[in-house]
Parts: sequence; C-alpha cells; structure tokens
Amino acid sequence: MPLRAKVASSVSRTAAALSRAAGRGDGSVIGGWIGLKIDPELLAHLSAGRAIALISGTNGKTTTTRLAAAAVGVLGRVATNSFGANMPTGHTSALAKAGSTPYAVLEVDEHYLAQVIEATDPHVVALLNLSRDQLDRAKEVAMMAQLWRAALARHPDIRVVANADDPMVVWAATPPATHDQRITPPHVTWFSAGQRWHDDSWVCPECGSTIQRSGEQWWCTGCPLRRPEPQWTVDDEGVLDPTGAWYKVKLQLPGKVNVGNAATALAVAAEFGVRPFDAVPRLGDVTSVAGRYAQVVREGRTVRLLLAKNPASWLEAFDMADEAPTLLSINARDPDGLDTSWLFDVDFAPLRGRLVLITGDRAYDLAVRLEVNDVPFQYVRTFDEAVRAVPPGRLEVIANYTAFQDIRAELDRVN
Amino acid sequence: MSTETLRIVWIYPDLLSTYGDRGNALILARRAKQRGFPVEVLEVRSDQRLPTTADIYLIGGGEDGPQALGAQRLLADGGLHRAVAQGSVVFGVCAGYQLLGTSFFAKGTQYQGLELLDLSSDRGPSRAVGELAGDIDARLGLPPLTGFENHGGRTHLGPGVSPLARVTAGVGNDGATEGAWRGKLLGTYSHGPALARNPALADLLLRWATGAQHLPPLDDTWADRLRAERRTAVATARA
Repeated sequence: MPLRAKVASSVSRTAAALSRAAGRGDGSVIGGWIGLKIDPELLAHLSAGRAIALISGTNGKTTTTRLAAAAVGVLGRVATNSFGANMPTGHTSALAKAGSTPYAVLEVDEHYLAQVIEATDPHVVALLNLSRDQLDRAKEVAMMAQLWRAALARHPDIRVVANADDPMVVWAATPPATHDQRITPPHVTWFSAGQRWHDDSWVCPECGSTIQRSGEQWWCTGCPLRRPEPQWTVDDEGVLDPTGAWYKVKLQLPGKVNVGNAATALAVAAEFGVRPFDAVPRLGDVTSVAGRYAQVVREGRTVRLLLAKNPASWLEAFDMADEAPTLLSINARDPDGLDTSWLFDVDFAPLRGRLVLITGDRAYDLAVRLEVNDVPFQYVRTFDEAVRAVPPGRLEVIANYTAFQDIRAELDRVN
Repeated sequence: MSTETLRIVWIYPDLLSTYGDRGNALILARRAKQRGFPVEVLEVRSDQRLPTTADIYLIGGGEDGPQALGAQRLLADGGLHRAVAQGSVVFGVCAGYQLLGTSFFAKGTQYQGLELLDLSSDRGPSRAVGELAGDIDARLGLPPLTGFENHGGRTHLGPGVSPLARVTAGVGNDGATEGAWRGKLLGTYSHGPALARNPALADLLLRWATGAQHLPPLDDTWADRLRAERRTAVATARA
C-alpha cells in the first residue's frame, strides 16, 4: 500500500475509534470519510489483494451480507461492513479496520454499486432485487437497473450471482447481445429466492411490453427476456445447490425470506470455492443483524425488532413476524424518505386478528391506511406505552428505518 | 349512476401506480359503501379494453416511460373519451393528471395527451418534491388541499379549465396554482393516495358520480388528525 494510503487508513481507524468512544454510533462513516479525504484512492488501495464480494439490492442486503460473510468465513478471516454502513465511506472504514484479510464481503447501497465496482475490482457481485424505495429521492427502478447493467457490461470478468425471480435484476445481469467476439459474456449464477413484490416489474425494461407471470415463471410478451433456470433454489426449509444436493438450513433468523437470503449467501460463497456442506452450519450461528431480529425482554414481554423500509420489505416482515401483538412504527425523516404514500402499496390484511398498535412521527398516516384496510388498531404515543399495552409474552415490532433506530436506542442499541 | 352499482375503474395499475395510487380506489369504495352504495372496483390493465360505462375513472402517477405508454394506449383505446362524453367522473393524479391535457413531456420528448382538459405540461427548472397545500376553488366548497408532490413538470392552464387550488405551500402547476378541473374531470399534483388526506375531495367525486346533493358525514377522526398534523408541519417548516 502506498504511504499516503497507510496514513489515511490509520487515521481512519483512529477517527472511528474516537467516534465510538464519544458514543456517536459505530464510527464507520466518519472514519471512512476522513480516510477518503486524505487518500481519495483509499478504497481501491485497501481492496487490492483481497477477493471481494459485493452484495446489493433494495432489500435483504444487510442480512445476506452477514450470512455470506459467515459462509466465506470457512476459508479464513473476512472483512465486512456489518453495521449497514453501505456507502464508500463505510466500505473504506470496514477494510481499514479489518487489517489484512484475504476476503471481504461488502454490502453496497444500490446507488453506489457502479462506483464501488470500479474502486474494489470485486471477484463476485450479488444482485438481490430492485423495487420502489423512497422515490422522493431515490432513482426510479428502471433507471437503477440500467446503471447496474452498464457497470457490469464494463467488467465482464466479474462473476455475477443474481435473482432469477426479479425481471429487473435479470435484465441488469444480462448485458445487451454483442457480436464482438472479443467480449465475453459475463458468468452469471442464478438463484431463486422468490419475489413477493411484483408491482415494479410489469413492464419489460428491454422492450416496454407487458411481463406475464404464471406460478414462479415470468416472461416478456414482446422480447426474449424471461426467467432463467436458477441453479440455487429454496425448497422445504433447505437449499438445493447446482448439483441437486439438498442442505437443511436451520437459521435463527425468522421467515422463508431468510432461507432465500441463505441460499444467496451460499451461492456467493461457492464462487470462492466454499462448499455448502461446510458453510451451512455457520449460517445457523447468526442471531441478529444490526439489531434486526434481535430479541429483548422488557417488563415480561419478549420484544423482537423487524425492520421494514419499503412495500416489498413490509410483505417480508409479515412473513417473518409471529401471530402475536404487533407494534408498527412509522417515521418520515430524511433517511426514511419524506413521503408516506407507499403505505397504500402495502396490504396490511395479514395483521387482521392480531392486536395491532401504532406509533411514530407519522402514526396518523398509518391510522388512515389501516382504517381503509379494515385492520383495527390502537394508537400509542411511545414504545414504553406499547409494551405496557400488550399482555406478557411476545411483542413483534415492525418499524421503518429511523423508527427502528429510535426503538433500538431505547433497548440500549441492541445488536 | 349508470347502474345500481357504483363502478370505479382504476386505469392501468400495471403502468400508473408508483406511489400508493391504489389508495384512491380503496378510499372511494369504502366511503361509498359506508353510504350504502354497492361498489365495484375494476382494475384495468394496459393490455385490456377500457369499459366505457363506469362512473369514476382513476389515473395514477408513473415514471416517464409508463406515462408515455399509458397515454398512447388510452388514445388508441378511445374508451375514456366515450366515458367522459357520457358524463363519467375522471380523477387524475400527477402523471395521470398531465396526460389528461393536450401534451406533456417524458424522457425529453413531447407526447400527445388525451385532450380532455385544456392544459399542457413541460419540464420545470427543478423537481418539485415535498408537501403541497392550497386553498381550493370556492365553487367546489371544500376545505384546503393537503398532499405530497414529486414531479419535474410544470403545467399551464388554458381558458377551458379552472385551477383546483391556489398554492399556499409547494409548487403544484407553477408555484401559483395547483391542479385543474372542468365539469366532472379533476386533476392534481397531490400524488399517490391524495384522497387519504382529502376525504372531502373524495366525497365531491362521489357526489358527482351519484348525483347526490349531500352525503351523510362519516367519522373522519384519523384523517382530520392527519390533516391538522400536516398543516402544522407545513407552517413549522415555513416559520
């Protein structure tokens, strides 16, 4: 590493440690920010000599990164940004902090994927899904798929692990047909992790025709784009690998969604030569991810935290939550997006029959939504009030980003 | 109403449903049912023919590509024009509002609109994103409009339409006026589930569709609290 990079890396680690000591979060953003100020090429320098996997998508990337890091850990030490700091500052900080590791598994915000591919020269890129998320400031779904596609077309050597169930992802992973013999098509491994949310992929990104669905299959009615045959699939509490071998996956994380995330993690690890047989036991050691799925006992209630940031992830949260009293908390601060319209894209009907409580800055938006959805609810002003309002036993908490962080802070920053 | 049942058509949810647009259909249906009207909501996809005999047509927001495609298919279908000629109610939101006019811009190209409202849209200097509020045309007898806008367009009204509201916060058409209406056609930049925050506007559409002069009041406690909270938020942001 050049001297400037060494200095930058060291200062970055110190800044992160100071920030942590001062109680200002985990320090990964400020540390990376300072390091990149000293050496703008720091991320590239820190990446050199490591085999890196990047994991991106609208939903599931923090959890899948955690599971993939556990799986790749079969081979040796793995650097990872396990606190969800998923922009270049976070990657820089994670690699600086880790010292020299042969491997890195990095979660990447979907807007930064192209930039991080350029900086880190990854061995494998995993593309999970693309759906609407904070449209008041985020890129539209089709535009994001286009950016991914362009970035991957510039790097045909990268091995791609991609979700066969999401038309936008499939299109992004398969660059336009070229007749130039010198350009090799990218190596794509397809997995099937399911797609509960279809409302952003009715229109073909290639030709604008309607996309049809039947069971798990989908195809464009106007061009050859269709669901590729996946090599990794989820089946009956387990994962089928490309050879057809089935592995039982026993996770501590809830829901079928997370079995899909496990399949993705195993597919990523396989690109490094990790056998599923060796990796599967490690997946079962993961208990919570940056507070997600964490369980805390408070006044005789077992509180479990689930994060849901956009319509697709709410559907997943309903899949993960037990049939138990449920607190929903909604904010609309900057990190959440200022617009609450998406509440009407979520069907809250699965909550009927449960005791539902609502809170958060934008609880009234949620109240209007639940009323139209015929889901009875009780409004509470605070998290503590919610805890006291439910009988002893389980309390499921589903919250969007800053609401989740607020409740996590009340629970002493549980990880 | 054309039949015993109030028929609501949600036009092209496969193309024009980006911001919880379903909410408007749900809210209209619920408020009609609470007044004892039998209701049928039809979701008509862009590869289907549009029925011409429904009472209310809803067009939602969308990205540029789907907006252009939606306008093209509605022009080719012709069903909405026939429905309007027969006196149906049309409520357009954001991209759906723009395409009711004579022309609009998408992906840098000018597209022909449905020419149902005398207005045209082009690109503004910046994207309008945030809370939108305004005082609604007094002839409609409604409390102030509240909503959220997110669009890059600016809309110019011709003499054949009236502004829906005078802007008190946000941008709307051009920073001065917001939305437009003529007869039983109404459009707004208050996007997505605009009727969630404006139940009185939902009732106006229902009165237009049913011919009822008055509708029994409903318990709007939560919508009223939401409106008051948003009003305070807009006032605080301005102070």
